[in-house]
Formats: sequence, structure tokens, C-alpha cells
Amino acid sequence: MIDFSYTVLILLIPLFMFLLIGLTSGKMKPALSGYIGTLAMSVVTLLSYYTAYQYFFNRPAGTEIFEKIVPFHTVWVHFTDTLYVDLGVLLDPISVMMLVVITTVSLMVHIYSIGYMHGEKGYSRFYAFLSLFSFSMLGLVVATNIFQMYMFWELVGVSSYLLISFYYEKPTAVSAGKKAFIVTRFADLGFLIGILILSYISGTFNFVELTDPQGALITQGTSLTFMGISALTWALTLIFMGGAGKSAMFPLHIWLPDAMEGPTPVSALIHAATMVVAGVYLVARLFPIYYFVVPDALTIVAYVGGFTSLFAAVIACTQTDIKRVLAFSTMSQIGYMMLALGVSGYGGEHGLGYMASMFHLFTHAMFKALLFLGAGAIIHAVHTNDMNHMGGLRKYLPITHITFLIATLTISGMPPFSAYFSKDEILVAAFEHDKFLFFIEYAVSGITAFYMFRLYFNVFWGKSTHYHHTPHESPLTMTVPLMILAVASMFTGFIPFNDLVTSNGAAFELHTDWSVAIPSVAIGLVGIAVAWIFYKKQSAIPDKLAVTFKYPYKWSFNKFYIDEVYLFVTKKIIFNRISAPVAWFDRHVVDASMNGISWVTNAISDQIKGLQSGQLQKYGFVFVSGVLILTFAFVYFLFN
Amino acid sequence: MNLESFLLMRHEVMLTIALLIILIAELSTEKKNSIINLSIILMFITTIVGFFPVPEGTLFGGMYQTNHMTVLMKNILNIGTLILFLQVAEWIKQPQYGNKVSEFYLLILSTLIGMNFMISSGHFLMFYIGLELATIPIAALAAYDRAKSISAEAGIKLILSSALSSGILLYGLSMMYGTIGSLYFTEMAGAFMSTPLQTLGFVFFFAGMGFKISLVPFHLWTADVYEGAPINVASYLSVISKGAAVFILAILLYTVFYSIAPMWKNLLYVMAVMTMTVGNLFALRQKNMKRFLAFSSIAQAGFILLGMIDGTSMGMASMIYFVLIYIFTNLGAFGVVSAISVATGKENMDDYNGLYKTNPSLSLLMMLSLFSLAGIPPVAGFFGKFFLFTSAANSGYYWLVFIAVINATISLYYYLLVVKAMFINNNDHPIAYFKSGFTTRIALLMCMIGIFVIGLYSPIYEFIRMFSTGM
Repeated sequence: MIDFSYTVLILLIPLFMFLLIGLTSGKMKPALSGYIGTLAMSVVTLLSYYTAYQYFFNRPAGTEIFEKIVPFHTVWVHFTDTLYVDLGVLLDPISVMMLVVITTVSLMVHIYSIGYMHGEKGYSRFYAFLSLFSFSMLGLVVATNIFQMYMFWELVGVSSYLLISFYYEKPTAVSAGKKAFIVTRFADLGFLIGILILSYISGTFNFVELTDPQGALITQGTSLTFMGISALTWALTLIFMGGAGKSAMFPLHIWLPDAMEGPTPVSALIHAATMVVAGVYLVARLFPIYYFVVPDALTIVAYVGGFTSLFAAVIACTQTDIKRVLAFSTMSQIGYMMLALGVSGYGGEHGLGYMASMFHLFTHAMFKALLFLGAGAIIHAVHTNDMNHMGGLRKYLPITHITFLIATLTISGMPPFSAYFSKDEILVAAFEHDKFLFFIEYAVSGITAFYMFRLYFNVFWGKSTHYHHTPHESPLTMTVPLMILAVASMFTGFIPFNDLVTSNGAAFELHTDWSVAIPSVAIGLVGIAVAWIFYKKQSAIPDKLAVTFKYPYKWSFNKFYIDEVYLFVTKKIIFNRISAPVAWFDRHVVDASMNGISWVTNAISDQIKGLQSGQLQKYGFVFVSGVLILTFAFVYFLFN
Repeated sequence: MNLESFLLMRHEVMLTIALLIILIAELSTEKKNSIINLSIILMFITTIVGFFPVPEGTLFGGMYQTNHMTVLMKNILNIGTLILFLQVAEWIKQPQYGNKVSEFYLLILSTLIGMNFMISSGHFLMFYIGLELATIPIAALAAYDRAKSISAEAGIKLILSSALSSGILLYGLSMMYGTIGSLYFTEMAGAFMSTPLQTLGFVFFFAGMGFKISLVPFHLWTADVYEGAPINVASYLSVISKGAAVFILAILLYTVFYSIAPMWKNLLYVMAVMTMTVGNLFALRQKNMKRFLAFSSIAQAGFILLGMIDGTSMGMASMIYFVLIYIFTNLGAFGVVSAISVATGKENMDDYNGLYKTNPSLSLLMMLSLFSLAGIPPVAGFFGKFFLFTSAANSGYYWLVFIAVINATISLYYYLLVVKAMFINNNDHPIAYFKSGFTTRIALLMCMIGIFVIGLYSPIYEFIRMFSTGM
């Protein structure tokens, strides 16, 4: 056995950095906090790479499958012999893969922010929060049990909230932070209930026991039902609700576009590459239970994912804020991952969807981080988010242009870039399982290519806009991460995921299904071509189309009015019809009785103050009377 | 006597040696600082030596007994005293205390020796000597502030009240001796039959212990003494002295009086309810920080009884754990009050208005200590209360736990009053910024670390559980 106990450092270093930078932020030079934060993150990244190397390529001879390893764990709270909460580190293919993803993107964002956040107020606060986030996210993925995962899940939510409302003097940023926190918190309520039901049935929090295909939970299931549906289906659907909240699945997606109010590096780290895929990771973590025990819940996962990917792609076509286009594209891509899990089987080739989902998660993290960081570089240069005020930037920002183009080609599924491979596997998995979902995803890849190239042409080509200041390329600290991520986007597609990250840990043979691959590239090319015609040069076609299809355009532009539906439900129905009476009851009945109790308490306190007179003889009298009363009371009770 | 017996009673021996060294040093030096530093170093060494593992055993024909649990208790008391020594350094340097600072340390160490003998006693005479050794010097300490009449009043009140309580306790012991014919714990264990005379003896004995722990209605001396005594003496009384009395009472109830468990459980039930409630009701209306902390410590004693009433090893563990947390927490709160009192002479709650603006780190520590006293997660006090309540609920005392929860809510109100004063109330002239001395800061830092680590680092609780024994 290889000793992996050093992996606990991967958690401890970011935690220590958070405390160090957070506690000394007033005294340390801001620039220094950026440098030491980045330095610590590079150490963590190297440790993760080393872990991945050891785990994947240095396994003991003769083992066929990747085992789940728990190199470190400790009982944290011991309630009873059956109810206890552990803290620990669990290594298996997906957690090791996530370590690589998180630390890579986090390191890139750390480096990038040295340039991007330069001179901002609260620079060291930013780095403290980045460390907190990295700690929470890493703790989430290596959790040995579902309760630990839940704790880190909430920590991730908190740090996301802190980072979205980083510019706390800006009202929109504050309300975006609150919105993200409240929506995901609401979803987490489902998660928590799901955890409680699941652990009530199974008697354990431990992932290894829960997801063992030969374990008690999976082989026996439960006879408990609620409203005609198995309690486990309830549990797993509620747990998926938590995942859907974090991963911005319809209809809990409304916080993600607003979250773009945070600094752009934050969007790249949290709202593109790491936190938003936590929901996918959660489903993947519990996948054996979903597959063997509650296939109904898995169907829900597939359809929610499929619908969200289409829904978000349609909205992305009409948005003009470049970060929001990317936010909707993130939703759409996560929809792909969810769908892939939803259509997957277990073991060997049946687990194609599972492997494809993790594969796409990996490649998506690289190219989406690149897109966001590129968008950050653009915003840094022209000081606006609105693509209508951009154009012709390829001359001014050559490095950003090339890397952004690579990322756009990648997300459009063009070979030989990474997403071509991962998306292709998803399509194959969908094709084999559910033709309807397959055709939806097929259409979505065309739409994706269209809206991404719409963005690309609008920003880098099109009309040449007049700028107040001539835009200039970003400093090296910002362009180097772009280049590294561009290389990653180009080549990570060649990683043999079928040998490494599979549903049961065993490798399987992968075949390229040309009948799926060729049409998917073709529809991508169609999308690009349409975007080329519409947006490469200034053209009247898009506006004409917008007028012709007035209502579809308006609906898409206004994000199908989902925000308005939420506002209507919360303000008009919940606040007016439910909250107002409850508030009245609270104020006039609950508060009043509490005030009454406190009044009584104070009154009694006032009445007995004479006892504490300061006179020693009285004290002695009370003492002796107390003794005598107690004695008589006990003697009386004992002999009656 | 051989070497092994020295090892068995190493706590008492080390403390006695420390006491003698300070006594000799006093003769040879005039410098305050050397005495102060010497005391801290000696206490530090004593604390470390206390942790060396040695076997269990009895000495002096069963008069003295020691086991892992009593060693653990003594170590906890040593740690508390060490923190206290660090805290007092700055206070005792003030000119009004003259050059003879060694008195303070000698008296504290004598009481600590008394407590250690009390915890390790195997015979009621040994126990009684320990009890007196642990009480009488404190009366002298309470009157340490010679220039102030209120301090003299505190001293005289303490000595008179404790004379009364000792008399009653001794009376109770004599009745026990009269009915059983022995004062050895091993011979008395199980011999109680709850006849009227023995009941009388037991209640008398219990009242004496209730006086030390300040249980209602034997608590009346507490507030006056705490207010009048120098703040660090009050802190010692509320933490170390009370902790030691709680430990010995639990040991006696579990080992000597176990045959009348139903009776003392009822007694503890009544005491716990009265102590929590009365302590809280009085704490509500205090304006002086020392009196405030006095009543808060009375209420806390009521909570401690919840662990004692259980009678199992888990109850014992939760009680020791709570006392450990309580030592760090209360020393933190008293430490802040003491630091402010030394720097500015102010001791009223109104003086704390707006403290956060000028002294943020002190306010933060005070807030954490008060949160811990109130039992708000994630600080240690929450876990302490949680385990106490769990152990009481395990033995089916649901109503008692319910009353305790209500009392915890009331206590939250007055603890938050202080937090509100520091953080929210406006004040045109808040206490100006001041920097505490090095030792004070070390002591406060230790308290702060304790408040966090003891709660979150679970092996500490497991360690205590390992050594705790029940009935």
C-alpha cells in the first residue's frame, strides 16, 4: 500500500492560509498576501498532482480496479456507538480527479488575480476568501461521509456568498450574494432531509458502506414508503435537489446569472469550474445507490439535466452581457453532465455515461475557466461587460484573442480539442439509452456553437468600436494562466478516462462511434457558420430576425421570466398570503408571551433581591434554615 | 516512606517544594519581578510533572489514595492555577500591594495543596484537613487589598460563613462516625442505610460542600466576597476552588454514598433547579462585573450538578469535561475584567460601552468567553453543556434538562447584555486603548485557544472518558 496520509495537508494548507491572511490582513502588505496565497496554492497543486500520479499510475501490481482508500480519518463527534461523525480523506478516482481540477483552476485564478485585482480595495480579503473557498471545496470532494460533505457543502456556499458580494458597496453585488445564498440554502434543506432519511434507513453516513454494490443498503433497500413512493426514492430525489441548487439546474438556476456580479476570477473558479459541478459530483458519489436502488430518481436527474441544457442554451443566444452568456453556457454544460449520469449504467461499458460525465466535468473546468478568465481580460481592457460596446478587439488583445478562440472551438466540440471527445461520449451514452434526450443534446450542441461564436465575433470582429482609452493586452500574470489553460483545453481530451475514472473503478474499451461523432461535428459547424454570417461583419439579419420572431426573442432575452415567476410566488403569494399572517401571530402572540415571560422573570428577580442583603447574620439564618428544611423534607419523605 | 510513595503523591510534594522555594526566595530577594517569574516557572514545572504517568495506589494505611481520575482532576486544577498566575502578574505589581508579593503565591499554593489532599483523601479526617487548608487561606486572600475596607469585609464574611459551614459539615461527619464507627472511605462505603440520623448527617455534610460550590441556599456569601475580594482572588474562588469542591463531592457521592443514591439524587435535583434559577435571576440585575460573574458562576454550578446526578462514568466524564472548559472560559472572562480593572480601575458594565471600538481583541475574547458560558456553538461551552444535558437525559431526567434549557436561555440574555454593551452601545468616552503586559496576553491567548480547541478537538473528551469512573 502506498502511504497517502500526506493528503491531509491538501486540506490543512488552504485552511492555514485563510487564517493567516485573514487575521493579518490589516498588518500585511496586500501584495504579499497575494504572493504567499499563490505560493501555498502551488504547493497544494503539486501535492494533488503527486497524489493523482501515485493513485492512478503507481497502484500496487496485480490490482485490476481502483480501490477506495481512506488514508486519514478521525471520529469528530461521538454521540453514540451508531451515531458519530467522522472527518477524513477518501481517495477514489473521482475525488482524485476533482483534486486535480480544483487545485489547477484555483492556482490559475490565484495567479491571474495578482494582475486582475491589483490595486483593488480588500485585496488581501479576496485572497483570504479564495483560500477559504479552496479549503471548503477540497474538503467537500474528499469527504469520507455524507455529513462531512454536507458541512463542507455549506462552507462552500458561505465562501461563494462572501466572494459574490465581494464589492459590498455595490447594491447589485450584495443582492446577488444574498440571492445565491438563499436559493442554494433552500435547495440544501432538501439535501439535509435527504441525508437524514438516507442515514436513518442505512444506519451510516459513510460513503464506502453506502455505495458498496454488495452492501446492505443496495442489496436490501427498504420497505419504508411515503405517499406510495419508496422512502429511498424520496431521499435520493431530495439529495438531488441539493445538488441541483448548487449546480444551477432548472428551476433552481436563477442565482447563477446574478452571481456574475462577483469579481471575474471568482466566476471562473466558483461559478464555472468547481462549485457548480458539486451537484454533479454528489450524484456521481452516490451513483451506485441511484442506479441500483432508485432508477426513478436517476431518470429525474437525466431529464432535469437535459431540459436545463436546452433551456440555458436558448437563453444564451440573446444575452448581451458576456459574463451572463458564459453563465448560461455553464448551466447548459452542467446539464450535459447531469444528463450523462442520468443515462448511465454501472460497470464496464454500461458505465459509459458516468465516465463521460466525469470526463466532461474535467474538460469543461479547463475551457470554461479559460473563457471566464479571457472575459476578465476583455473586461479589464474595455471596462464594460456589454458586447454591444465591443468589437474589433483582436488587434488590441492578441493573446486573449487566440486563447479565447481555442476555448470557443473547444466548447463547440470541434476536433481535436478536448470537449469534442467528452461531449461525444455523452452523446453516445444518450444515444444508447434515450433517443429523445439524444436529439435534444444534438440540437444543443448546434446552439452552443452558435451562441459562443456570436460572442466571439461580436467581441473580436464586427464593427470597430471607438474606445475612450486604447485597449491594451493584460499583464503577464493574467495572460500566462490563459495560455496554460488553452494548452489544457487543447490536449486534455487525450487523457484515457475510460482507463482511469469509471463507475466501478475497472477500465473498459472505448470505441469511437462515427455515426454519432460526424453529425455532431457537422451541426457544430452549422452553428459556427450561422454565427459567421450574422456577426462577423455588422449585419442587419439578427435585428430583422429579432423583429420577426418578436415573442420568442423577448422570452429568451428575459430568461423566460423565471425570475419574475419567483418574485410573484415569493412576494405576492408567500409574503402576502402566508408570511404576513404568520408575522402578525409572531408579533402579537409569540413575542407578547415571550415579553410576558421576561417581565415575570424580571419581577421575580426584583422580589427576591432582599435575600442578598449583605448582612452576614441573615446569610447564616438562611444557611441553617436551608439545612433544616432539607433534612426534615428528606426524613419526612423517607418515612412516609 | 520510599521513592514510590513520593511518586504517588507527586502533585502534593511538588506543590510543597514550590511553596518552600518561594518562601526562601522571599528572604533572599527584594525584587517583585523575580518572585513573580519564579512562581510562574515553578507552577509550570509542577503542571508538567503532574502529567508524568505513574501507577495508582494508596498510602498511609488508606488515608491517601490516588488513581488516574484524581490525577486528571489535579492536573486540570494545576493548569487553571498556572493561567491564573500568568494573569495576576500585572495586577500584583501595582504599588499598593507593597513589596511582599510572595504572600499571595504562598496562600494560593497552600489552598491548592489542600485541594489536592482533599481529592486524594481516603479518610474523612484527611478530607477535612484538606478542606480547611483549602478554605482558610482564601479568607486571607480575600482581604488582600488591605487599603480597601470592602476587601476586609469580604475576608471577614468569608471566614465567618466558612466557619459556620465547616461546623455544620463536621457535625454531619460526627453523626456518620457515630452510626458507622469508622471514617475510612472503604469501610464506610455502602454502610449508609438512610436512617433519620444518617440522613441528618448526610444533609449536614452536603450543606458544607454546597457552601464551597455555592449552591443555593448556601451561596449567599458568594456575591459579597467576589465583589469585595481582589478580582483575581474572585477568579480563583469561582474556578479552581469551586472545581475542586465539585470533583471531591462527585467522588464521595459515587464511592462512599452510593448506597443512598436515590436520596442524594433527589437532593441534587432540588439543588440544581434552585441554583440555576436563583443564580440566573440575580445575575439578571447586576451592574458590577464582579458580582455579575459571581452570580453567573452560581448558575453554572447548577448546570454542573446535571452531570453529577447521572452517576455513571459518562456523567462523571461530562462533568470533568465541563469543569475543564469552565476553567478556561471563566478565566478568560475574569482575565479581561482584571486587565481592564488594572489598566483603568473600572469594573461596571456601563464602563464597557463601546469597548469594541478601542480594544477590539479584548472585546472579542470577552465575547467568546461569554458565548462559551452561555453555550453557543461552536465554542467549547456548547459542547460542555451538551454533554451534561445528554448525560442527565440518559438517566431520564427530562424535566430537569428542560428546566436547565430554560435557564440557559435566561442566561443568554444577561451574557448578551455585556456583549451588547461592548459592541453596540454608543459611548462618547469609551475606555481608551491600552496594551496589556506580556504574561496577561499569554494567559488570555491560552484561554482563547482552550475555548476553541477543547470543544472541537474530540480526543480530549475521549481521554477524559477513558479515566472516568461511575458508581
